[in-house]
Formats: sequence, C-alpha cells, structure tokens
Amino acid sequence: MKKIFYLFSVLITVCLVSFSASAYENEDFYKGSEGTTINVFNWGEYISDTYEDGLIDVNAEFEKLTGIRVNYVTYESNEDMYPKIKNGGASYDIIIPSDYMIERMIDEDMLLPVDVSSIPNYKYISEDYRNMYFDPENRYSVPYNVGMVGLIYNTKMVEERPTSWTALWDERYAGKILMIDNPRDAFAVAQKILGYSLNSTDEKELSDVAQLLVEQKPLLQGYVMDEIFNKMESGEAAMVPYYVGDFILMQSVNPDLDFVYPKEGVNIFVDSICIPECAQNYDAAIKYINFLLDPEVALSNAFYIGYATPNTGVLEHPDYEEMKNNPYLYPTEENMPDTEYFHNLPRETLTMFSDLWSEIRIHGTDNTHIYVGFAFVAVISVAFAVKKAITKKRREYWYNFPEQ
Amino acid sequence: MKKSSVMKKLTAAPYLVWAGLFIIVPLIFVLIYSVTDADGNFTLEYISDIGKYKDVMLTSIWLGFIATVISLVIAYPLAYIMARTTANVQRTMMILVMLPMWMNLLIRTYSMMILLQDTGIINNTLTALNLPNIHMINTQSAVVLGMVYNYIPYMILPLYSIMAKMDMSLIEAAEDLGANKIRTFKDVILPLTLPGIASGFTMVFVPSVSTFYISKKLGGNTFSLIGDVIEMQFKSANNYNLGAALSMVLMVLIIICMMVMNRFTGDDEDGGVLI
Repeated sequence: MKKIFYLFSVLITVCLVSFSASAYENEDFYKGSEGTTINVFNWGEYISDTYEDGLIDVNAEFEKLTGIRVNYVTYESNEDMYPKIKNGGASYDIIIPSDYMIERMIDEDMLLPVDVSSIPNYKYISEDYRNMYFDPENRYSVPYNVGMVGLIYNTKMVEERPTSWTALWDERYAGKILMIDNPRDAFAVAQKILGYSLNSTDEKELSDVAQLLVEQKPLLQGYVMDEIFNKMESGEAAMVPYYVGDFILMQSVNPDLDFVYPKEGVNIFVDSICIPECAQNYDAAIKYINFLLDPEVALSNAFYIGYATPNTGVLEHPDYEEMKNNPYLYPTEENMPDTEYFHNLPRETLTMFSDLWSEIRIHGTDNTHIYVGFAFVAVISVAFAVKKAITKKRREYWYNFPEQ
Repeated sequence: MKKSSVMKKLTAAPYLVWAGLFIIVPLIFVLIYSVTDADGNFTLEYISDIGKYKDVMLTSIWLGFIATVISLVIAYPLAYIMARTTANVQRTMMILVMLPMWMNLLIRTYSMMILLQDTGIINNTLTALNLPNIHMINTQSAVVLGMVYNYIPYMILPLYSIMAKMDMSLIEAAEDLGANKIRTFKDVILPLTLPGIASGFTMVFVPSVSTFYISKKLGGNTFSLIGDVIEMQFKSANNYNLGAALSMVLMVLIIICMMVMNRFTGDDEDGGVLI
C-alpha cells in the first residue's frame, strides 16, 4: 500500500512544504481538551497513517495539534462493529458506519446528535451529500467517503470484459472466483441478477437469492474480505465483487486489474462519521470530526483510501485533479450505473439473512468419506476393545490359576 | 498441620479466583446464553437447531482426528530420538520445536496460505522448474496440514517429557529376557508412554476441532468447520444464543471423544491422563 502514490508524491510534498507554516484551518478550535483520550473505531485501511509519499499520518497530526491521545481500533465490516457498540463492552467516541447501519443505529437510539453548526469545516461537505436518506436533517452523521461496489477482474485471466454480474457464475473461471464475505454485499450481487431490490423483505425472493448463491458455491475459490487485496494483486484469483476505492489501490500494485460496473446495477454507499451513545469524550470527538474535514487532512485521506470524497475542499484542490478524472471513482453522467442504497431491514429479515447465510456457508460439504472414515475408526476401536477384554480375561485367569 | 493447610489455601487462592472469574463464570454465561433467546426467555430452540450443523460438526471432528493421528505418527519417533540423544542435541532440538511457537499462530497460518497458493512460493518454484503445478490451497488437506503444523509441538512436548523420564533398565530387561525390538516396543515402550500419548492427543485434538482461523485461511471458507460457524454467530450474525448453543454441544462432543480415548489409554495405567 505504501508504494502506491509515487505519482502524486512529488506534487504533494511541494504543496505540504509550502503550507507547513499554517497547516490547518482554525487551529484555535482544537484547544481545550489537552491530556484527554479519544477512542476511534474505524474500518481497516480507512485513514492515512503514513508520512510517506507526501501524505500525513492523520492521528499523529491530530495528537500533535490538540494534545489529545488517539486510541485507534479497526473493524472489518458494519456487522462486526454493531454488536461491539450494542453490547456496550467498550466505549468509543468516533465510529464510521455506512448508511444503512446509521439508519439502524439512529432507530435504536445508539447515536448522539452532532451539532454540525459547531463544526467550522462542515462547510466543505458538498450539498450532494447533505440530507441523506438515513439522516435527512444532518443531525447524527457527517459524510466521510462515498463508494460503489463493482466487479474487479484480471484482464490477463478473463477473456472478455464482463458486463454483467453473471460473470461470477461463469464456469470457465471455476476456482478463480472470489466472493465477498459479507452477507449483504454477497446477497446484493444475486439480488441484482434476479432483478430484486437490495432492500427486499420478501421471503420467497430472499430464498431465491440464497439458492443462486448456493449454485455459485462450487465455482468459488473462497469467501474472503481483507485477503482480496493479496489474492487479486498476486493473480491468485480472477474476479471479485468489491469496493471501488480498494480497486484503485489494487490496480496501482497490479496494473492488469480492471473494473466494471455491471449493467444490472450496483450498491452505492456513504460512510459517515458518527458519535455513539457510549462516547466519553464528546468535545474531543467534535474536534476530531472537524479535523477529518480539514481539506489538507481529507486530501491525504482521499489519496490513501482511494474512495470518492464528499469534501469540496479536496475536489477543488489542484493536486486532486488526476484522481477526480478517474472514470471509476467519479463516473461521468452517461457512464453512471444504476445505483441503490442499502436500507436498514426489519429484525425478522435480518435474522433470515443470517440464517440463509449460515446455510449457504455450510452447504454442500461432501461427507461420504468422513462417514466411511468414522465407520473404519469405530470398527478398529471395537476390535481393539474386544481384544483387550479377552487379553485381560486371560490374564486374570492365569493370575488366579492356583486357586482354581 | 493446621497452619500448613491455611497456607495451602492461601497459596491456592490466586489461581482459584482466576479460575472462577475467567473459566467458571464465562462457562455459566455460555450455558445461560445457549438456553435463552434474544429477549432472554428460556428456550431449547437453539440447542435443537444443531441438527442443521451435524455435517459441519462431523467434518470438524474428523479433520481434527486426522490431524491428531498424523501429529502422533510424526511426533512419536521424533520424541523418542530426542529423548535418546546427548543433552546438547536435546536442547537444540527442543529450541527447534519451540521456535515456531514464538511466532503468532495467525502469522504462521497466513504465511502457510502464501506458501500453498496457486501462485504461491511452492507453485511458482514448480513453474520455474517447468514442473506441473499442484493445487493445494482451499482443500481439506491444506486445513489438516495447517492444524498439524500449528499444533504438533503440543504433541512432541508431552511425549518427550514422558520418554526422557522413562526407565531404560526396563527396556534392557525386556531385551535380556529375549524380547525382540517389536515386542519391546509393543509391551514395554508403548504402555509406558501411553500417558504422554493421551495428553498429546488431547492437546492437539481439542484446538484442532475448534479452530476457525486455520480453516478460514487455508480452506478458503468454501467449507466451514464448526469453529467458523460459531465465530460467525458471535462476530457478524450477532446471534450469541446460537453461538453459545453450538459451543456447548461442541464441548460435550469433545468430552465424549476424550472419554472414548481414555477407555483405550487410561484403564490399566496409573495416572498421567487428562480428564
């Protein structure tokens, strides 16, 4: 990941040097919480954490600027993060969930309101990403990143450019297909093929979707998440549905990779910064949000993370020009795929999701050889036990012999 | 006398508190979760649900068993040779056995995955030598290999410690009395090392059956072991009750397996056997 941005590095270094005297806006805003600690809970690989290639280590800079110690912890998916907040085992001051998870957490009173008027850098949030469906009055969340799910494929291994999600069911690539290890994203692929909504609660539709995924299983190399990077970059796998930002990073390592938004439509998501109900250091959290929105910080993040940004300070930044012209990250209007957001689903549907997902995951293990194996072990054990019993009897007989 | 028993209690106290807090209390939690539903009402629904996971359980137990047997076959001669050499060689070999354990299990397994991949080190070398590639990753054999690789020290160590303490004069006596090599092994060495086999068996079998990381990385998640299913219930499915029920059942199954095991090793031995 660190060798990625050589292209931009010189430019940014020059720019950072020229700005270093007055690096951040409103530095006075960050005073007053010195010596406290803030607990940040974020996705893995979702913040710039290096000074290489002209980027900045966001947490280190924040600590330097404010005197607040940052305790930074990561999670792999919304579903992993949710129970940790819900069950109250730990306290975090900042979390960055996706849209549908924010909707669910607002529903369940798990978030504290964020007064955006008290955040000076909120002015940089583009109008397009205010008043989102999950937070229509901008009361709980501040947008961080925007992305879509598409199909990443290796041009050396896949014969023609795929246009449809059904490429993931193509038998020619059996054993070279990866599937995303996350029920909602995996279901979304099959839902789009069948023409269903991503937010369907219909039992019949969901079981059709599960059936389709079961049919795909024999062709799969595996269900994976973070190893997608390793497996796609090394050419171990040929195709995977994944997030566009991560594709940008993978492509800079392996230029054979390409990306497509399948014609059936894709999921779009907005990950936003929120303060959970269990927060202990609200003031520091507000300062942290403001810092993430600072154009210099957001620019560094935008390069490091590789997703589209809702921050106008970055979009208008001259250094960002090249990324802004990336056809996958910011598709032009005519290339824009059909998109659909995830919404929160009722509890019964969520249970159905996880039941179906377990069933898909355990389906189709061929156990004949195991039954044979167990029978074999059982026969040997019984034979052994019988022989041992006979030996023991015989030994007892001889032991007691003189008395008989 | 009395004083020493007070001392005994006092010195045992730290561990008893530890065991109570971190073993007994969590076990009670698992038990409670396994017989309640999401709202905390009593139900046996989750326990009775485990029929669905029968195949996964069987696969886990079978792969764990195979891995244990392979470990035993590899470790037994090695431990015997180790116990018979000079002290210096013993120390070196012991370090070689322990060395991989100084590294984290996750890292060891991850590097195993990179070795075995279709584009991994082994297959790239084969390609460079113009030899046909071998598909290894994402198979049950790869998972068994991972289990053996990770847990074999737990088999070697108890075997070695029993064999190092073994009374050589018994073997000499058997030979003096005219037993050939096979007879000596079967009637003297094997029975003397049975306690070591039994504890090695337990220490490899139990973590192998309940593993989830190894099967995830080396099995590619296309087939699941019971550890994967339990992990999924706790981590992403947020269904603690089913996860707890599965854990309970797994625990009971492992205890049954160990009891069956002990039928063969325990009954005419005096001590040294776990459970």
